[in-house]
Amino acid sequence: MSLPAVLHAQTDCLVCHADKTLQDASGHSVGVDGDKFHASIHGSLSCTNCHTSIKEYPHPEHIDVVKCASCHADQAAGIGGSVHATASEHPCTSCHGDAHAIFPKTDARSAVYPLNIPRTCGNCHADPALAKKYGLQNVFSVYMDSIHGYAVSKEGLLVAANCMSCHGSHQILSHKDPKSPTYKTNIPNTCGTCHGGVVEEYSAGVHGKAVAGGNLAAPVCSDCHTAHAILQPTEAEFRMQSTPICGSCHKGRFATYQDTFHSQLGLLGGYVETARCWDCHGAHGILPASDPASPVNKANLIKTCGRCHADANASFVEYQPHANPHNRKLNPPLYFTRFFMNLLLWSVLGFFSLHTLLWFIRAKREQGKTGPTEETKHD
Amino acid sequence: MTDETVQPESQPQGNGQPQASSDEKYYVRFTLAQRYLHVVLFTSFLGLAATGLPMRFSDNASARFFARIVGGFGAILFFHKFCAVVLTLAFLYHLKDIFARAFIRKEKGIFWGPTSMVANWKDVQDLVGHLRWFVGLGPKPQFERYAYWEKFDYWAVFWGMIVIGFSGYAMWFAPFFAHFLPGWALNAVLVIHGEEALLAILFIFSIHFVNTHLRPDSFPMDMVIFTGKETDEEFRKKRTLEYERLAAEGKLEARVGDKPVYWWENFARVIGFTAILIGLLLLVLTLIGYFGSA
Repeated sequence: MSLPAVLHAQTDCLVCHADKTLQDASGHSVGVDGDKFHASIHGSLSCTNCHTSIKEYPHPEHIDVVKCASCHADQAAGIGGSVHATASEHPCTSCHGDAHAIFPKTDARSAVYPLNIPRTCGNCHADPALAKKYGLQNVFSVYMDSIHGYAVSKEGLLVAANCMSCHGSHQILSHKDPKSPTYKTNIPNTCGTCHGGVVEEYSAGVHGKAVAGGNLAAPVCSDCHTAHAILQPTEAEFRMQSTPICGSCHKGRFATYQDTFHSQLGLLGGYVETARCWDCHGAHGILPASDPASPVNKANLIKTCGRCHADANASFVEYQPHANPHNRKLNPPLYFTRFFMNLLLWSVLGFFSLHTLLWFIRAKREQGKTGPTEETKHD
Repeated sequence: MTDETVQPESQPQGNGQPQASSDEKYYVRFTLAQRYLHVVLFTSFLGLAATGLPMRFSDNASARFFARIVGGFGAILFFHKFCAVVLTLAFLYHLKDIFARAFIRKEKGIFWGPTSMVANWKDVQDLVGHLRWFVGLGPKPQFERYAYWEKFDYWAVFWGMIVIGFSGYAMWFAPFFAHFLPGWALNAVLVIHGEEALLAILFIFSIHFVNTHLRPDSFPMDMVIFTGKETDEEFRKKRTLEYERLAAEGKLEARVGDKPVYWWENFARVIGFTAILIGLLLLVLTLIGYFGSA
């Protein structure tokens, strides 16, 4: 058996363990790739640094499980308090890969290199059976199709958000845990790690202030953008899906919006340019209409409407994008217009339905009496 | 307010005899231009209804399905506007026609009299008499050239085109119309457009269809609007007073026309039935949209 030319503390062990077919009594492989191990981050250690129960050769058939925690105490403590705390199901190697070929996270060969993380987490989290067992949403494929997943997997962007960027690494906590970076009130900060400017804007707006003030009903980033399926906001799909998201809280405003041409256009798709909530109200730093900086402040309407309606003028912007024709007090002209049109509609239809029905019956009876020649057309 | 002078025209495809046989005498009721106007009217109206309904009931599944197969909202709005322009041109042509006949050719009886589209006292009497006849309280009234329900159809469409057309163009060119309309009117035009269109759709696809085509006396379709001709018997029974008036004035013979050509009549049937079927389908979709989404 040929051994690597370099001599190391591991050499003695590799005399046997370099044989990749070597198995222990229960059939587990105990072969080690010496070259790979030597190149790994632990390459300078000797085998017994980790396999501490081995003191002599020949060693016993059963040896103790390696305790990474003896060196990596902080990480082990983190895991201990995390959702992955069950060590038997989550040994270090489930994320870091082959114990004899661990590389630093900056090395492309590492299982926890930023571009490899989605696949590494996906080993478990893309498994529908596992997701079912733990009641998890199957987020892996959704993430991979998102703008972040695309940036990582297709563009190879190291700075793009991978699983770890938002969830952390060793101490991953449930989003229900107030210490978790994915806990509702922490989300703006988490996203703000990269999207600093947006979060600054958000924090100055009504939603940001409400969340900071402890109102958990107010939206954070993920309420509008979703957590994993994040789409490019200019994409048709995002424009189509997001209006009902605003509407899930702003029910009254959503209902009146739905009565307008903006909504009717928008619902049908293929014409995504029609005004959605944030086209007029702004997206991140939403301000009350009374604020002079708000795009829906009376003084700014010509400019705001003018973004789509090139010739918008003072009279044009009196148009009410949330008018309610059912409300007589708020919108009297519209209420009476609708009332009159409905009166016309139902009186004409009511009268003529009766008229035509009676006529039909009479003509049928007449036809039966005198045969088909009465007032019949020829054919 | 249309039509008196229907010139006896010879059918363009006049391979039939001038007069089929003594018992199959045909009279001209509509000119070729009037028949074409009806075709343009109902084709563009069907197009407007088919593209308008998905917009009005855009939360309905069938609307979204329709939008998807034709290429989304952009395609629907484009087709809607296209049909609107066609219908506007047809309307303007009709106005020009009335104007020319009334003021240039100085035809009499366009605005008043037995052949005018303008309602008169007899129409009120006819309506009351007809209703009484329906329930067996009196004899069946006799009608002139245009019966009261035909005049109502005409004016309903006339009024509808002005209202729907104006409100439609006000939305299409909203910033321009905003120069002389108050802001709330921009909200109101959508309500007006939608409700009046709903009335038009429901009226045409139920009342007009039954009154004119599907009632027992005309079932399944009154072909006169397609062929322009009706038989002696039809003319006498349906428009007795006009028939008698023309006979008394000795003008009946001048109205005699050719028997409609066989293929033309069949072709018109196919077109007409297609229109009626599309109309009934749209009627069902309208009712689903209206009562389904409320």
